[in-house]
Amino acid sequence: MNEINSKVKPQFFEKHQRAIYKSLEDKHTTIEAIDAEDPLNAKMILNMGPQHPATHGVLRLILQLRGELIEKTKLDIGYLHRGVEKIAENKTYQEFMPYTDRMDYLSPYSNNVALCMAVEKLAEVEVPERAQYIRMICMELSRISSHLLWLGTMVMDAGAISFFIWTFREREKIYDIFDEVAGHRFTVSHSRIGGVANDFTDRAVGRIKEFVTKFEQELKDWHGLLDRNRLFIERNADVGIVHTEDALDLGATGPVLRAAGYAVDQRIITPYLKYDEVDFEVPTRMEGDNLARYFVRMEEMGESLKIINQCFDKMPKGSIRSNNAKHAYPSKDEVYYSMEGMIHDFMMTDTGICPPAGKEVYHAVEAPKGELGYYIQSDGTGHPWRLKVNAPSFRNLQVLENILEGEMVADTVVIIGGLDPVMGEADK
Amino acid sequence: MSLDLTETVQGVVDGLTSEYSEDLIEIYKSCDHTYIRVEAENIIEVLNFVKTKHHFIFLCDIIGTDRYTSDERFEVIYNIMNLRTQDRIFIKVRVEEEDPVVQSATSLWKAASWLEREVYDMFGIRFEGHPDLRRIFMPEDFDYFPLRKEFPLLGIPGSIELPNTTPDTE
Repeated sequence: MNEINSKVKPQFFEKHQRAIYKSLEDKHTTIEAIDAEDPLNAKMILNMGPQHPATHGVLRLILQLRGELIEKTKLDIGYLHRGVEKIAENKTYQEFMPYTDRMDYLSPYSNNVALCMAVEKLAEVEVPERAQYIRMICMELSRISSHLLWLGTMVMDAGAISFFIWTFREREKIYDIFDEVAGHRFTVSHSRIGGVANDFTDRAVGRIKEFVTKFEQELKDWHGLLDRNRLFIERNADVGIVHTEDALDLGATGPVLRAAGYAVDQRIITPYLKYDEVDFEVPTRMEGDNLARYFVRMEEMGESLKIINQCFDKMPKGSIRSNNAKHAYPSKDEVYYSMEGMIHDFMMTDTGICPPAGKEVYHAVEAPKGELGYYIQSDGTGHPWRLKVNAPSFRNLQVLENILEGEMVADTVVIIGGLDPVMGEADK
Repeated sequence: MSLDLTETVQGVVDGLTSEYSEDLIEIYKSCDHTYIRVEAENIIEVLNFVKTKHHFIFLCDIIGTDRYTSDERFEVIYNIMNLRTQDRIFIKVRVEEEDPVVQSATSLWKAASWLEREVYDMFGIRFEGHPDLRRIFMPEDFDYFPLRKEFPLLGIPGSIELPNTTPDTE
Protein backbone atom coordinates (compact mmCIF):
# COMPACT_ATOMS: atom_id res chain seq x y z
CA MET A 1 0.00 0.00 0.00
CA ASN A 2 3.10 2.23 0.32
CA GLU A 3 1.73 4.72 2.78
CA ILE A 4 4.89 6.77 3.32
CA ASN A 5 5.94 6.56 -0.29
CA SER A 6 2.70 8.03 -1.54
CA LYS A 7 3.24 11.11 0.61
CA VAL A 8 6.85 11.96 -0.15
CA LYS A 9 8.24 13.36 -3.36
CA PRO A 10 12.01 12.81 -3.55
CA GLN A 11 13.95 15.38 -5.51
CA PHE A 12 16.93 13.20 -6.38
CA PHE A 13 18.05 9.53 -6.26
CA GLU A 14 14.41 8.64 -6.45
CA LYS A 15 14.84 4.85 -6.41
CA HIS A 16 17.18 5.10 -3.44
CA GLN A 17 14.81 7.28 -1.44
CA ARG A 18 11.78 5.13 -2.28
CA ALA A 19 13.66 1.99 -1.24
CA ILE A 20 14.70 3.39 2.14
CA TYR A 21 11.17 4.57 2.96
CA LYS A 22 9.83 1.20 1.95
CA SER A 23 12.43 -0.56 4.06
CA LEU A 24 11.42 1.60 7.05
CA GLU A 25 7.82 0.71 6.53
CA ASP A 26 8.58 -2.98 6.22
CA LYS A 27 10.58 -3.22 9.46
CA HIS A 28 8.72 -5.18 12.18
CA THR A 29 5.55 -5.24 10.17
CA THR A 30 3.86 -7.25 12.92
CA ILE A 31 4.15 -4.38 15.39
CA GLU A 32 2.73 -2.04 12.83
CA ALA A 33 -0.30 -4.22 12.32
CA ILE A 34 -1.16 -4.03 16.00
CA ASP A 35 -0.66 -0.26 16.17
CA ALA A 36 -2.63 0.31 13.02
CA GLU A 37 -5.05 2.80 14.48
CA ASP A 38 -3.59 6.07 15.49
CA PRO A 39 -6.48 8.24 16.72
CA LEU A 40 -4.32 11.07 18.00
CA ASN A 41 -2.31 11.15 14.81
CA ALA A 42 0.94 11.10 16.80
CA LYS A 43 2.80 9.17 14.13
CA MET A 44 5.42 11.05 12.22
CA ILE A 45 8.39 10.33 9.99
CA LEU A 46 11.36 12.49 10.89
CA ASN A 47 14.33 12.86 8.62
CA MET A 48 17.46 13.79 10.51
CA GLY A 49 20.56 14.68 8.57
CA PRO A 50 22.67 14.22 6.53
CA GLN A 51 23.29 17.93 7.03
CA HIS A 52 22.65 18.14 10.74
CA PRO A 53 25.25 19.50 13.17
CA ALA A 54 24.49 16.93 15.85
CA THR A 55 24.93 13.86 13.66
CA HIS A 56 28.73 14.27 13.72
CA GLY A 57 29.17 14.29 9.99
CA VAL A 58 26.94 13.20 7.18
CA LEU A 59 24.83 10.61 8.92
CA ARG A 60 21.19 10.40 7.96
CA LEU A 61 18.60 8.92 10.28
CA ILE A 62 15.01 8.27 9.37
CA LEU A 63 12.96 7.99 12.50
CA GLN A 64 9.38 6.89 12.84
CA LEU A 65 7.97 8.63 15.88
CA ARG A 66 4.87 8.17 17.94
CA GLY A 67 4.74 11.37 19.86
CA GLU A 68 8.25 11.70 21.21
CA LEU A 69 8.98 8.00 21.22
CA ILE A 70 11.08 6.45 18.49
CA GLU A 71 9.27 3.44 17.09
CA LYS A 72 11.60 2.43 14.30
CA THR A 73 14.82 3.70 12.80
CA LYS A 74 16.75 3.24 9.63
CA LEU A 75 20.14 4.71 8.99
CA ASP A 76 21.30 5.89 5.63
CA ILE A 77 25.06 6.12 5.29
CA GLY A 78 27.39 6.49 2.36
CA TYR A 79 27.29 10.24 1.92
CA LEU A 80 31.05 10.35 2.45
CA HIS A 81 31.85 7.24 0.44
CA ARG A 82 35.04 7.87 -1.51
CA GLY A 83 35.92 4.31 -2.38
CA VAL A 84 39.24 4.13 -0.54
CA GLU A 85 39.38 0.38 -1.01
CA LYS A 86 39.27 0.83 -4.78
CA ILE A 87 41.88 3.58 -4.55
CA ALA A 88 44.11 1.27 -2.49
CA GLU A 89 44.13 -1.32 -5.26
CA ASN A 90 45.63 1.29 -7.57
CA LYS A 91 48.27 2.73 -5.26
CA THR A 92 51.44 1.36 -3.76
CA TYR A 93 51.24 0.54 -0.09
CA GLN A 94 53.15 3.64 0.96
CA GLU A 95 51.17 5.86 -1.41
CA PHE A 96 47.94 4.66 0.12
CA MET A 97 49.04 5.52 3.65
CA PRO A 98 48.03 9.23 3.49
CA TYR A 99 44.52 8.19 2.46
CA THR A 100 44.11 6.41 5.78
CA ASP A 101 44.46 9.79 7.50
CA ARG A 102 41.19 10.75 5.91
CA MET A 103 39.36 7.72 7.22
CA ASP A 104 39.16 8.29 10.94
CA TYR A 105 40.27 11.88 10.76
CA LEU A 106 40.07 12.34 14.52
CA SER A 107 42.90 9.92 15.18
CA PRO A 108 44.88 9.73 11.95
CA TYR A 109 47.94 8.27 13.64
CA SER A 110 46.19 5.02 14.60
CA ASN A 111 45.09 4.55 10.99
CA ASN A 112 48.59 5.12 9.62
CA VAL A 113 50.10 2.67 12.05
CA ALA A 114 47.40 0.07 11.47
CA LEU A 115 48.07 0.03 7.73
CA CYS A 116 51.85 0.10 8.09
CA MET A 117 51.79 -2.76 10.59
CA ALA A 118 49.60 -4.89 8.35
CA VAL A 119 52.02 -4.37 5.46
CA GLU A 120 55.00 -5.02 7.71
CA LYS A 121 53.44 -8.28 8.84
CA LEU A 122 52.75 -9.21 5.23
CA ALA A 123 56.25 -8.44 3.96
CA GLU A 124 58.05 -9.45 7.17
CA VAL A 125 59.66 -6.10 7.79
CA GLU A 126 61.51 -5.55 11.04
CA VAL A 127 60.76 -2.29 12.81
CA PRO A 128 63.39 -0.81 15.15
CA GLU A 129 62.42 -0.65 18.79
CA ARG A 130 62.61 3.11 19.04
CA ALA A 131 60.15 3.51 16.16
CA GLN A 132 57.75 1.18 17.92
CA TYR A 133 57.81 3.32 21.04
CA ILE A 134 57.36 6.49 19.01
CA ARG A 135 54.33 4.90 17.36
CA MET A 136 52.91 3.89 20.70
CA ILE A 137 53.28 7.35 22.21
CA CYS A 138 51.68 9.00 19.20
CA MET A 139 48.87 6.46 19.05
CA GLU A 140 48.02 7.09 22.67
CA LEU A 141 48.14 10.85 22.06
CA SER A 142 45.75 10.44 19.16
CA ARG A 143 43.49 8.33 21.36
CA ILE A 144 43.37 11.19 23.85
CA SER A 145 42.74 13.65 21.04
CA SER A 146 39.87 11.57 19.67
CA HIS A 147 38.31 11.04 23.08
CA LEU A 148 38.61 14.77 23.77
CA LEU A 149 36.53 15.55 20.73
CA TRP A 150 34.01 12.92 21.77
CA LEU A 151 33.89 14.36 25.30
CA GLY A 152 33.48 17.96 24.18
CA THR A 153 30.78 17.27 21.63
CA MET A 154 28.95 14.74 23.78
CA VAL A 155 28.74 17.12 26.72
CA MET A 156 27.73 19.86 24.32
CA ASP A 157 25.00 17.62 22.91
CA ALA A 158 23.83 17.18 26.48
CA GLY A 159 23.60 20.93 26.86
CA ALA A 160 26.88 22.31 28.25
CA ILE A 161 28.61 24.52 25.69
CA SER A 162 31.59 25.78 27.67
CA PHE A 163 32.98 22.29 28.16
CA PHE A 164 33.51 21.99 24.42
CA ILE A 165 35.89 24.96 24.55
CA TRP A 166 37.92 23.38 27.36
CA THR A 167 38.42 20.06 25.61
CA PHE A 168 39.32 21.86 22.41
CA ARG A 169 41.96 23.87 24.22
CA GLU A 170 43.62 20.58 25.18
CA ARG A 171 43.17 19.15 21.67
CA GLU A 172 44.92 22.23 20.34
CA LYS A 173 47.97 21.30 22.43
CA ILE A 174 47.98 17.80 20.92
CA TYR A 175 47.78 19.32 17.45
CA ASP A 176 50.77 21.47 18.29
CA ILE A 177 52.63 18.36 19.40
CA PHE A 178 51.81 16.59 16.12
CA ASP A 179 52.88 19.70 14.25
CA GLU A 180 56.24 19.46 15.97
CA VAL A 181 56.55 15.68 15.55
CA ALA A 182 55.25 15.14 12.04
CA GLY A 183 55.07 18.55 10.43
CA HIS A 184 51.30 18.40 10.10
CA ARG A 185 48.65 19.24 12.63
CA PHE A 186 45.70 17.25 11.41
CA THR A 187 46.57 14.63 8.80
CA VAL A 188 49.89 13.54 10.20
CA SER A 189 51.02 10.72 7.83
CA HIS A 190 54.02 10.23 10.09
CA SER A 191 54.29 6.46 10.02
CA ARG A 192 56.26 4.76 7.27
CA ILE A 193 56.42 1.12 6.31
CA GLY A 194 59.41 -0.05 8.34
CA GLY A 195 59.36 2.72 10.91
CA VAL A 196 58.44 6.36 11.17
CA ALA A 197 59.33 9.41 9.09
CA ASN A 198 61.49 11.21 11.62
CA ASP A 199 62.59 11.03 15.21
CA PHE A 200 61.20 13.12 18.06
CA THR A 201 62.97 16.44 18.40
CA ASP A 202 63.95 17.58 21.90
CA ARG A 203 61.22 20.18 21.71
CA ALA A 204 58.63 17.55 20.82
CA VAL A 205 59.67 15.37 23.77
CA GLY A 206 59.48 18.41 26.05
CA ARG A 207 56.03 19.29 24.79
CA ILE A 208 54.65 15.80 25.18
CA LYS A 209 56.02 15.52 28.71
CA GLU A 210 54.60 18.89 29.61
CA PHE A 211 51.23 17.96 28.15
CA VAL A 212 51.13 14.66 30.01
CA THR A 213 51.78 16.27 33.39
CA LYS A 214 49.33 19.12 32.88
CA PHE A 215 46.62 17.01 31.32
CA GLU A 216 46.49 14.71 34.31
CA GLN A 217 45.29 17.58 36.48
CA GLU A 218 42.86 18.70 33.79
CA LEU A 219 41.37 15.21 33.60
CA LYS A 220 40.95 15.18 37.36
CA ASP A 221 39.06 18.47 37.21
CA TRP A 222 36.75 17.14 34.54
CA HIS A 223 36.09 14.01 36.55
CA GLY A 224 35.19 16.30 39.44
CA LEU A 225 32.86 18.31 37.26
CA LEU A 226 31.00 15.50 35.54
CA ASP A 227 31.24 12.25 37.50
CA ARG A 228 28.59 13.17 40.01
CA ASN A 229 26.94 16.00 38.13
CA ARG A 230 23.21 15.44 38.48
CA LEU A 231 22.26 17.10 35.22
CA PHE A 232 24.84 15.08 33.31
CA ILE A 233 23.90 11.79 34.94
CA GLU A 234 20.19 12.24 34.39
CA ARG A 235 20.80 13.03 30.77
CA ASN A 236 23.02 9.98 30.21
CA ALA A 237 22.13 7.21 32.62
CA ASP A 238 19.87 4.49 31.16
CA VAL A 239 20.00 6.08 27.75
CA GLY A 240 20.97 4.10 24.67
CA ILE A 241 21.56 0.85 26.48
CA VAL A 242 23.55 -1.86 24.71
CA HIS A 243 22.71 -4.95 26.75
CA THR A 244 25.55 -7.29 27.59
CA GLU A 245 23.82 -10.22 25.93
CA ASP A 246 23.19 -8.26 22.72
CA ALA A 247 26.51 -6.49 22.40
CA LEU A 248 28.37 -9.27 20.59
CA ASP A 249 25.39 -10.15 18.43
CA LEU A 250 25.06 -6.56 17.27
CA GLY A 251 28.77 -6.35 16.52
CA ALA A 252 29.68 -3.57 18.91
CA THR A 253 33.35 -2.77 19.27
CA GLY A 254 35.73 -0.60 21.24
CA PRO A 255 34.43 1.46 24.16
CA VAL A 256 30.83 0.55 23.26
CA LEU A 257 31.60 -3.13 23.76
CA ARG A 258 33.69 -2.50 26.87
CA ALA A 259 30.90 -0.44 28.42
CA ALA A 260 28.64 -3.46 27.92
CA GLY A 261 30.87 -5.73 29.97
CA TYR A 262 33.36 -7.32 27.57
CA ALA A 263 37.01 -6.44 28.16
CA VAL A 264 37.85 -6.81 24.49
CA ASP A 265 40.91 -4.77 23.69
CA GLN A 266 43.27 -5.63 20.83
CA ARG A 267 46.18 -4.27 22.83
CA ILE A 268 45.67 -7.15 25.27
CA ILE A 269 44.32 -9.83 22.92
CA THR A 270 47.08 -9.64 20.34
CA PRO A 271 49.71 -7.32 21.79
CA TYR A 272 51.29 -5.45 18.94
CA LEU A 273 54.20 -2.98 19.13
CA LYS A 274 55.38 -3.05 22.75
CA TYR A 275 52.02 -3.12 24.48
CA ASP A 276 53.00 -6.34 26.25
CA GLU A 277 55.82 -4.50 28.00
CA VAL A 278 53.79 -1.67 29.45
CA ASP A 279 51.36 -1.94 32.29
CA PHE A 280 47.82 -0.67 31.85
CA GLU A 281 44.24 -1.55 32.66
CA VAL A 282 41.27 -2.03 30.35
CA PRO A 283 38.40 -0.02 31.85
CA THR A 284 35.13 -1.93 31.69
CA ARG A 285 31.57 -1.25 32.80
CA MET A 286 28.51 -3.45 32.96
CA GLU A 287 25.62 -1.05 32.40
CA GLY A 288 26.05 -0.47 28.68
CA ASP A 289 24.38 2.94 28.73
CA ASN A 290 25.77 6.27 27.72
CA LEU A 291 27.08 6.98 31.19
CA ALA A 292 29.04 3.71 31.19
CA ARG A 293 30.60 4.67 27.87
CA TYR A 294 31.53 8.03 29.39
CA PHE A 295 33.34 6.36 32.28
CA VAL A 296 35.12 3.89 30.00
CA ARG A 297 36.46 6.61 27.73
CA MET A 298 37.44 8.92 30.58
CA GLU A 299 39.39 6.14 32.27
CA GLU A 300 40.98 5.16 28.97
CA MET A 301 42.45 8.65 28.71
CA GLY A 302 44.04 8.18 32.11
CA GLU A 303 45.45 4.81 31.03
CA SER A 304 46.85 6.41 27.88
CA LEU A 305 48.78 8.89 30.02
CA LYS A 306 50.21 5.98 32.01
CA ILE A 307 51.28 4.24 28.81
CA ILE A 308 52.97 7.37 27.47
CA ASN A 309 54.94 7.83 30.68
CA GLN A 310 56.09 4.21 30.65
CA CYS A 311 57.09 4.50 26.99
CA PHE A 312 59.36 7.43 27.72
CA ASP A 313 61.04 5.42 30.49
CA LYS A 314 61.63 2.42 28.25
CA MET A 315 62.37 4.10 24.94
CA PRO A 316 65.88 3.17 23.73
CA LYS A 317 68.08 5.24 21.49
CA GLY A 318 68.67 4.06 17.96
CA SER A 319 67.41 4.20 14.43
CA ILE A 320 63.79 4.94 13.63
CA ARG A 321 63.43 3.12 10.35
CA SER A 322 64.41 -0.28 9.06
CA ASN A 323 67.88 -0.15 7.56
CA ASN A 324 67.03 -2.55 4.75
CA ALA A 325 66.67 -0.56 1.54
CA LYS A 326 64.32 -3.20 0.09
CA HIS A 327 61.92 -2.67 2.97
CA ALA A 328 61.88 1.01 3.86
CA TYR A 329 62.78 4.42 2.59
CA PRO A 330 66.45 5.34 3.16
CA SER A 331 67.13 8.39 5.31
CA LYS A 332 67.26 11.76 3.61
CA ASP A 333 71.02 12.00 4.29
CA GLU A 334 71.58 8.91 2.18
CA VAL A 335 69.24 10.10 -0.55
CA TYR A 336 70.97 13.43 -0.97
CA TYR A 337 74.57 12.27 -0.59
CA SER A 338 74.81 8.79 -2.09
CA MET A 339 73.91 7.31 -5.45
CA GLU A 340 72.56 4.04 -3.95
CA GLY A 341 70.40 5.97 -1.55
CA MET A 342 68.87 7.91 -4.38
CA ILE A 343 68.21 4.77 -6.45
CA HIS A 344 66.59 3.07 -3.47
CA ASP A 345 64.46 6.10 -2.75
CA PHE A 346 63.32 6.13 -6.35
CA MET A 347 62.56 2.40 -6.31
CA MET A 348 60.58 2.70 -3.10
CA THR A 349 58.50 5.49 -4.56
CA ASP A 350 58.03 3.85 -7.93
CA THR A 351 57.26 0.21 -7.12
CA GLY A 352 57.40 0.22 -3.36
CA ILE A 353 57.54 -2.84 -1.21
CA CYS A 354 56.42 -6.08 -2.88
CA PRO A 355 55.12 -8.72 -0.45
CA PRO A 356 55.10 -12.35 -1.63
CA ALA A 357 52.25 -13.32 -3.97
CA GLY A 358 49.24 -15.14 -2.59
CA LYS A 359 49.80 -14.12 0.99
CA GLU A 360 47.00 -12.71 3.11
CA VAL A 361 47.17 -10.79 6.32
CA TYR A 362 44.78 -9.36 8.84
CA HIS A 363 46.08 -7.00 11.44
CA ALA A 364 43.95 -5.20 13.97
CA VAL A 365 44.88 -2.39 16.30
CA GLU A 366 42.80 -0.83 19.03
CA ALA A 367 41.91 2.53 17.56
CA PRO A 368 40.02 5.01 19.78
CA LYS A 369 36.74 3.89 18.18
CA GLY A 370 37.42 0.17 18.48
CA GLU A 371 39.02 -2.64 16.54
CA LEU A 372 40.50 -1.21 13.37
CA GLY A 373 41.67 -4.00 11.11
CA TYR A 374 43.31 -4.10 7.73
CA TYR A 375 42.92 -7.21 5.61
CA ILE A 376 45.31 -7.32 2.67
CA GLN A 377 45.69 -9.84 -0.14
CA SER A 378 48.93 -9.57 -2.03
CA ASP A 379 49.50 -10.58 -5.64
CA GLY A 380 53.25 -10.03 -5.51
CA THR A 381 53.24 -6.54 -7.01
CA GLY A 382 53.60 -3.23 -5.24
CA HIS A 383 49.83 -2.77 -5.12
CA PRO A 384 47.48 -4.74 -2.91
CA TRP A 385 45.16 -7.07 -4.80
CA ARG A 386 42.46 -6.44 -2.23
CA LEU A 387 42.55 -4.23 0.82
CA LYS A 388 39.63 -4.25 3.22
CA VAL A 389 39.27 -1.90 6.12
CA ASN A 390 37.38 -3.21 9.12
CA ALA A 391 36.08 0.13 10.35
CA PRO A 392 34.91 0.32 13.97
CA SER A 393 32.55 3.25 13.34
CA PHE A 394 30.71 1.25 10.70
CA ARG A 395 30.05 -1.52 13.18
CA ASN A 396 29.05 0.84 15.97
CA LEU A 397 26.59 2.62 13.68
CA GLN A 398 24.86 -0.68 13.09
CA VAL A 399 24.45 -0.90 16.85
CA LEU A 400 22.86 2.55 16.77
CA GLU A 401 20.19 1.38 14.35
CA ASN A 402 19.23 -1.32 16.82
CA ILE A 403 19.34 0.57 20.12
CA LEU A 404 17.45 3.70 19.11
CA GLU A 405 14.08 1.96 19.13
CA GLY A 406 12.14 2.80 22.27
CA GLU A 407 14.22 5.87 23.09
CA MET A 408 12.98 9.45 23.16
CA VAL A 409 13.71 11.59 20.14
CA ALA A 410 15.50 14.16 22.32
CA ASP A 411 18.00 11.49 23.36
CA THR A 412 18.97 10.60 19.79
CA VAL A 413 21.62 13.26 19.68
CA VAL A 414 23.14 12.20 22.99
CA ILE A 415 23.20 8.56 21.93
CA ILE A 416 24.94 9.38 18.65
CA GLY A 417 27.42 11.45 20.63
CA GLY A 418 27.96 8.58 23.05
CA LEU A 419 28.66 6.03 20.33
CA ASP A 420 31.14 8.42 18.75
CA PRO A 421 30.98 7.46 15.07
CA VAL A 422 33.19 9.11 12.48
CA MET A 423 31.59 9.10 9.09
CA GLY A 424 34.87 9.30 7.20
CA GLU A 425 35.65 5.86 8.49
CA ALA A 426 32.17 4.35 8.39
CA ASP A 427 31.65 5.38 4.77
CA LYS A 428 35.15 4.47 3.58
CA MET B 1 49.77 -31.93 7.71
CA SER B 2 51.31 -29.92 10.49
CA LEU B 3 50.30 -26.31 10.58
CA ASP B 4 51.24 -25.56 14.17
CA LEU B 5 47.74 -24.48 15.16
CA THR B 6 46.63 -23.38 18.59
CA GLU B 7 44.59 -25.81 20.64
CA THR B 8 41.24 -24.17 19.89
CA VAL B 9 41.82 -23.85 16.17
CA GLN B 10 43.04 -27.45 16.06
CA GLY B 11 39.78 -28.38 17.78
CA VAL B 12 37.81 -26.60 15.09
CA VAL B 13 39.78 -28.30 12.34
CA ASP B 14 39.31 -31.73 13.92
CA GLY B 15 35.61 -31.10 14.46
CA LEU B 16 35.13 -29.98 10.88
CA THR B 17 37.08 -32.93 9.48
CA SER B 18 34.94 -35.39 11.37
CA GLU B 19 31.53 -33.79 10.84
CA TYR B 20 31.79 -31.77 7.64
CA SER B 21 34.58 -33.63 5.86
CA GLU B 22 32.91 -33.41 2.44
CA ASP B 23 32.52 -29.61 2.76
CA LEU B 24 36.08 -28.94 3.80
CA ILE B 25 38.28 -27.88 0.88
CA GLU B 26 41.50 -26.53 2.31
CA ILE B 27 43.10 -25.26 5.47
CA TYR B 28 46.14 -23.06 5.43
CA LYS B 29 47.97 -20.48 7.48
CA SER B 30 49.08 -17.08 6.31
CA CYS B 31 50.73 -14.53 8.61
CA ASP B 32 49.72 -16.31 11.85
CA HIS B 33 46.05 -16.65 10.99
CA THR B 34 44.22 -19.80 9.97
CA TYR B 35 42.07 -19.80 6.84
CA ILE B 36 39.53 -22.54 6.29
CA ARG B 37 37.82 -22.86 2.92
CA VAL B 38 34.54 -24.72 2.75
CA GLU B 39 31.80 -25.39 0.21
CA ALA B 40 29.41 -22.47 -0.21
CA GLU B 41 26.27 -24.62 0.14
CA ASN B 42 26.77 -25.49 3.76
CA ILE B 43 28.35 -22.28 5.02
CA ILE B 44 25.61 -21.58 7.55
CA GLU B 45 25.92 -25.02 9.11
CA VAL B 46 29.69 -24.65 9.34
CA LEU B 47 29.40 -21.18 10.87
CA ASN B 48 26.77 -22.44 13.28
CA PHE B 49 29.04 -25.34 14.20
CA VAL B 50 32.05 -23.14 15.05
CA LYS B 51 29.81 -20.67 16.84
CA THR B 52 27.95 -23.08 19.09
CA LYS B 53 30.48 -25.91 19.50
CA HIS B 54 33.73 -23.97 19.57
CA HIS B 55 32.61 -20.66 21.01
CA PHE B 56 33.62 -18.50 18.04
CA ILE B 57 30.87 -16.09 19.00
CA PHE B 58 32.11 -12.76 17.72
CA LEU B 59 31.72 -11.93 14.03
CA CYS B 60 34.30 -9.23 13.33
CA ASP B 61 33.98 -8.73 9.61
CA ILE B 62 32.75 -10.13 6.33
CA ILE B 63 35.12 -9.52 3.45
CA GLY B 64 34.32 -9.85 -0.22
CA THR B 65 37.03 -10.29 -2.81
CA ASP B 66 37.12 -10.47 -6.56
CA ARG B 67 39.61 -13.12 -7.69
CA TYR B 68 39.03 -12.22 -11.36
CA THR B 69 39.22 -15.83 -12.50
CA SER B 70 36.89 -17.64 -14.88
CA ASP B 71 35.66 -20.14 -12.32
CA GLU B 72 34.60 -19.38 -8.76
CA ARG B 73 35.31 -15.72 -9.20
CA PHE B 74 34.14 -14.23 -5.92
CA GLU B 75 35.18 -15.06 -2.42
CA VAL B 76 33.45 -14.22 0.85
CA ILE B 77 35.52 -14.39 4.00
CA TYR B 78 34.09 -14.50 7.52
CA ASN B 79 36.38 -13.16 10.22
CA ILE B 80 35.31 -14.73 13.51
CA MET B 81 36.79 -14.53 16.98
CA ASN B 82 36.70 -16.71 20.04
CA LEU B 83 36.76 -14.34 22.99
CA ARG B 84 37.58 -17.05 25.52
CA THR B 85 40.86 -18.15 24.00
CA GLN B 86 41.22 -15.05 21.84
CA ASP B 87 41.76 -17.00 18.65
CA ARG B 88 40.72 -15.75 15.27
CA ILE B 89 39.77 -17.85 12.26
CA PHE B 90 38.82 -16.95 8.73
CA ILE B 91 36.25 -19.06 6.95
CA LYS B 92 36.06 -18.70 3.19
CA VAL B 93 33.60 -19.64 0.53
CA ARG B 94 33.84 -19.16 -3.23
CA VAL B 95 30.99 -18.47 -5.61
CA GLU B 96 30.61 -18.36 -9.36
CA GLU B 97 30.51 -15.17 -11.37
CA GLU B 98 27.06 -15.90 -12.73
CA ASP B 99 24.39 -15.39 -10.12
CA PRO B 100 26.63 -15.26 -7.04
CA VAL B 101 24.53 -16.26 -4.03
CA VAL B 102 25.62 -17.07 -0.49
CA GLN B 103 23.37 -17.99 2.42
CA SER B 104 22.93 -15.07 4.79
CA ALA B 105 24.46 -15.28 8.26
CA THR B 106 21.96 -12.83 9.73
CA SER B 107 20.22 -15.68 11.54
CA LEU B 108 23.43 -16.31 13.51
CA TRP B 109 24.58 -12.75 14.06
CA LYS B 110 22.55 -9.57 13.69
CA ALA B 111 25.84 -7.84 12.95
CA ALA B 112 26.05 -9.70 9.64
CA SER B 113 23.29 -7.50 8.24
CA TRP B 114 25.31 -4.42 7.38
CA LEU B 115 28.46 -6.38 6.63
CA GLU B 116 26.60 -8.43 4.03
CA ARG B 117 24.98 -5.34 2.61
CA GLU B 118 28.44 -3.90 2.10
CA VAL B 119 29.64 -7.00 0.25
CA TYR B 120 26.48 -6.89 -1.88
CA ASP B 121 26.97 -3.21 -2.62
CA MET B 122 30.58 -3.60 -3.66
CA PHE B 123 30.55 -6.95 -5.47
CA GLY B 124 26.94 -7.80 -6.23
CA ILE B 125 27.04 -11.03 -4.24
CA ARG B 126 23.51 -11.64 -3.02
CA PHE B 127 22.81 -13.08 0.41
CA GLU B 128 19.85 -15.40 0.49
CA GLY B 129 17.65 -14.91 3.53
CA HIS B 130 18.89 -11.42 4.31
CA PRO B 131 15.96 -9.37 5.67
CA ASP B 132 16.87 -6.08 4.03
CA LEU B 133 19.38 -6.49 1.24
CA ARG B 134 19.81 -2.97 -0.07
CA ARG B 135 22.94 -1.14 -1.13
CA ILE B 136 24.65 0.55 1.78
CA PHE B 137 27.12 3.12 0.44
CA MET B 138 25.97 3.67 -3.13
CA PRO B 139 22.42 4.79 -3.89
CA GLU B 140 19.91 2.24 -5.14
CA ASP B 141 19.86 4.00 -8.51
CA PHE B 142 23.43 2.91 -9.22
CA ASP B 143 23.68 -0.10 -11.53
CA TYR B 144 27.30 -1.19 -11.10
CA PHE B 145 29.37 -2.92 -8.46
CA PRO B 146 32.39 -0.69 -7.90
CA LEU B 147 34.90 -3.06 -6.30
CA ARG B 148 34.70 -5.58 -9.13
CA LYS B 149 37.96 -5.51 -11.01
CA GLU B 150 36.40 -4.51 -14.33
CA PHE B 151 34.91 -1.33 -12.86
CA PRO B 152 37.16 1.57 -13.91
CA LEU B 153 38.94 3.58 -11.26
CA LEU B 154 37.54 6.84 -12.58
CA GLY B 155 33.98 5.56 -12.52
CA ILE B 156 31.47 5.46 -15.36
CA PRO B 157 30.35 8.90 -16.55
CA GLY B 158 26.63 9.45 -16.35
CA SER B 159 26.07 6.34 -14.24
CA ILE B 160 24.71 8.41 -11.39
CA GLU B 161 22.33 11.29 -11.52
CA LEU B 162 23.64 14.11 -9.39
CA PRO B 163 21.27 16.34 -7.41
CA ASN B 164 20.33 19.65 -8.96
CA THR B 165 22.45 22.37 -7.41
CA THR B 166 20.34 25.32 -8.47
CA PRO B 167 17.57 26.28 -6.05
CA ASP B 168 14.00 25.19 -6.72
CA THR B 169 11.91 27.78 -8.47
CA GLU B 170 8.54 26.18 -7.82
